[in-house]
Amino acid sequence: MNKNGINFKAVGKRVNRLEGKEKVCGTSKYIKDLEFEDMVYVAIATANVAHGILKSINVEEAKASKGVVDVLTYEDVPGKNEMGDVVADYPALLKPGDKIAYVGDYVAFVAAESPELARQAAKKVRIDYKELPPVFDIDEAMRDKIVIHGDTNIKTHYVVKKGEYDPEKMFENCDLVLEGEFFADYQEQAYLEPQGVIAIIDLNNTFTVYGSMQCPYYVQNGVAEVLGIPYSDVRVIQTETGGAFGGKEDVPTYFAVPAALVANKLKRPAKLCLDREEDLQLTSKRHPIKSRYKVGVTDYGRIRALRCEAIGDMGGHGTLSPIVLWRSVVHAAGAYDIKNVSVDVYGVYTNKVPCGAYRGFGSPQVFFGVESMMDQIAQELKIDRLHIRQINALEKGKTTPTGHLLNEDIGAKETITKIRERSDWEQLQKEVDDFNKNHKYVKRGLGVSHIHYGVALGAMGQRLDASGAFVQVFKDGTIGIQIGGTEMGQGAKTTMALIASEILGQDISKIRVYQPDTAFVPDSGPTVASRTTLFSGNAVKLACEQLLIKMKTVAAGHLNVPKENIVVGEKCFYDHDNPDACISFHEVAQMSDTENEGLSATGWFKTPKLHWDVEKGFGEAYVTYSFATNVVLVEVDMLTAHVQVLKVFAGHDVGRAINLDGIYGQVQGGFVQGMGYALYEVLKHDDKGHLLTTNFNTLTIPTIQEMPEFEIEIVEAPFSKGPFGAKGIGEPSLIPAPAAIANAVSHAIGKRITQIPITKDYLLKVISES
Amino acid sequence: MIITFTLNGKDYKMDVDPAMRALDFLRDVMKMKSVKEGCSEGECGACTIILNGNAVCSCLLYAGELDNKDIVTSEGLGTPEKMHPIQEAFVEAGGVQCGFCTPGFVLSSKALLDKIPNPNEEEIKKALEGNLCRCTGYTKIIDSVELAVKKISQLKG
Ligand code: FES
Ligand code: FES
Repeated sequence: MNKNGINFKAVGKRVNRLEGKEKVCGTSKYIKDLEFEDMVYVAIATANVAHGILKSINVEEAKASKGVVDVLTYEDVPGKNEMGDVVADYPALLKPGDKIAYVGDYVAFVAAESPELARQAAKKVRIDYKELPPVFDIDEAMRDKIVIHGDTNIKTHYVVKKGEYDPEKMFENCDLVLEGEFFADYQEQAYLEPQGVIAIIDLNNTFTVYGSMQCPYYVQNGVAEVLGIPYSDVRVIQTETGGAFGGKEDVPTYFAVPAALVANKLKRPAKLCLDREEDLQLTSKRHPIKSRYKVGVTDYGRIRALRCEAIGDMGGHGTLSPIVLWRSVVHAAGAYDIKNVSVDVYGVYTNKVPCGAYRGFGSPQVFFGVESMMDQIAQELKIDRLHIRQINALEKGKTTPTGHLLNEDIGAKETITKIRERSDWEQLQKEVDDFNKNHKYVKRGLGVSHIHYGVALGAMGQRLDASGAFVQVFKDGTIGIQIGGTEMGQGAKTTMALIASEILGQDISKIRVYQPDTAFVPDSGPTVASRTTLFSGNAVKLACEQLLIKMKTVAAGHLNVPKENIVVGEKCFYDHDNPDACISFHEVAQMSDTENEGLSATGWFKTPKLHWDVEKGFGEAYVTYSFATNVVLVEVDMLTAHVQVLKVFAGHDVGRAINLDGIYGQVQGGFVQGMGYALYEVLKHDDKGHLLTTNFNTLTIPTIQEMPEFEIEIVEAPFSKGPFGAKGIGEPSLIPAPAAIANAVSHAIGKRITQIPITKDYLLKVISES
Repeated sequence: MIITFTLNGKDYKMDVDPAMRALDFLRDVMKMKSVKEGCSEGECGACTIILNGNAVCSCLLYAGELDNKDIVTSEGLGTPEKMHPIQEAFVEAGGVQCGFCTPGFVLSSKALLDKIPNPNEEEIKKALEGNLCRCTGYTKIIDSVELAVKKISQLKG
């Protein structure tokens, strides 16, 4: 029995990852490991100029290069010459007269007999262009002196307005008003497996695209549109995916399109696997966001009013920016009960690498701002930093900053209480003070952050927020599950198996969860937004419940008892009143087969309707919210500015822990990624718009040496519409980390950190400023 | 150039392009697909192999340099049906998420445990600092190595 008094058979049990054995032995098939007969290899020729107008393309030299089969340009695009789901500003291949918006814009696709020959030839594609002055800085872009697309660089402007939001009046009844400005820079997803796809003409004489990806349906749509063929003629199968973190949301489409165009023209399988340098240069990043905060509180620390203005750098193309920045606007006021809220978030074009999805999706940047303000206010008012979060935190009956009335129990406050206890907060603060008294050049600091995270796609993404599953019980009693959500390391397969195991009573060793295939499950939306447990999980649960009814009916017939009496155990179905009367799961499966009872079922879960007013930015933003609290202990060398995160206390309200081991893995891995963002992971451009950070020698991501010690508290405040109450954890694991670390560093050095990553140069500067 | 080498316990004599990277030779010619490529420049450890007992990056070696060497890849440790205790430990302790880094970590751990059967945490970190993992945050990787130590010592009795 779990602590809430519910007796689960599988949910919450620690199990081994479903596909773990193949992964550790190296037999799992990642995209680069797949080969097809007569394959050609594709390389992309890019514009290499940050801003301009394309005049002409010369592919003669490239075509004549060794091993080259063909070079494709805009004339080879049979369908819509357009990529990207949300914003239509991204040609698959530029044509003369088109705007060049960043150095990575595509001008030609080279097909050759080897990847190397393709790459060499791609360098020989020449273009003639009219160069335009580029704009790299977001403030400059806001001024619209140089405009990249259309008539303004400001592509999006979202608001949240609640209560009194007139900037002149909203702070009237506050005892203290503080202001702050923050900057959160780029972050690269840095999944270990670079992007890759293969497009082939398959047994059905249609296209199959294999690849490393999060969102097979995006790829299906994108390829069909650019090739100008029916959706039914594109089948997408996800291969084992070596990490994604948002970086393989929309982006794989931008590689599937070239591969499919080549396969279409040459009628040969076409493979496009990026190396690390290409991957870093051609794929989207976390948005740099500048934010300005003004927060008004009472003298005892209750927030009365919050104003935030933020600008996000979208780069050269809009891609997913509008929905990313919508998430920023919804989360910018923090996880608190606030009467008066005014948030404005703008997205602007610059001539740099496009920004898009990265774990947290526009929220870590603004939580860094708002949580820095919270620590600052606590300091100013001399209030305990956990206490100030506690008295402002959300709970049932309160409304979020967008006015969403929370009518179910949530675990926000419990994450704070639990972390207070677990960290022995009072004692810990004393120890840090003592340490600092005795050390002059090494200082320790404690940082706090508290966040919420809207699970799934929310009010602005409702049209995509539904997922399906197809489940079969085979006649030997084993179970096959097909879902539309993808496994990319986060543990989705194991979670689905645990849900099926809970309903059907079978051990997960008897359950297979297949690679997603668009031919079998209807468009289930993207595997993003920490929505897979909730959406695919519910779909699997619904399908299994139908199967259970079918099997109980067969068992009841055999045991000659009413089907209401039948219970499923791990080994068998039995009569509740007479447990000796039983029949094994396997036998029921077999009998169902001979009795022509097809043991298959589909499940479909769609989002509950959300009411949202876009103009005002007010309403039910997301179906539910996960909550988290971090306390972080850091040590700062005041002379070298070296920062080490020593210890993390992480409390997470996940609704219900289904895959407990998976949750721990997410919390640890997500925190360490957030730590990389806070401390090390700098991306630099040169003055021509080229990324200078193109491999792991310059991009410093955390190694095992930087690993902190973890203490994790899982809070379960079940969500009525989640499978067994589950919400989501993928992103809430990362989001609180940068804010808590920045607060801890601020505490250690006694000065306010206002930008992340906290590079050594920046930190030395802050320390030395008097 | 003709080279002789031992790969996963089997002896080979082959004619190779000495300028081919050992990584490509192992993956494309010898079909050792467990050897992954994450950066191509010795920074990520996904391409780790064991060469004469040491964990090294195969992306930095040429095929010619494999001459007279003893090479181990993950294929040589175990299979999903019959895993090596280190591989078992990574599954059981949750040291694997997306799995792309995992064969590399397993081999670096193997090279470590062959030399130091009972390493402390610092020694584990030292041995694995050349392997990047973006998913796990490393805690469970350390747990995996510690579990592997136990499993191996139990096997030895
Ligand atoms: S591929 Fe060899 S170290 Fe990264
Ligand atoms: S498990 Fe994904 S990189 Fe290590």
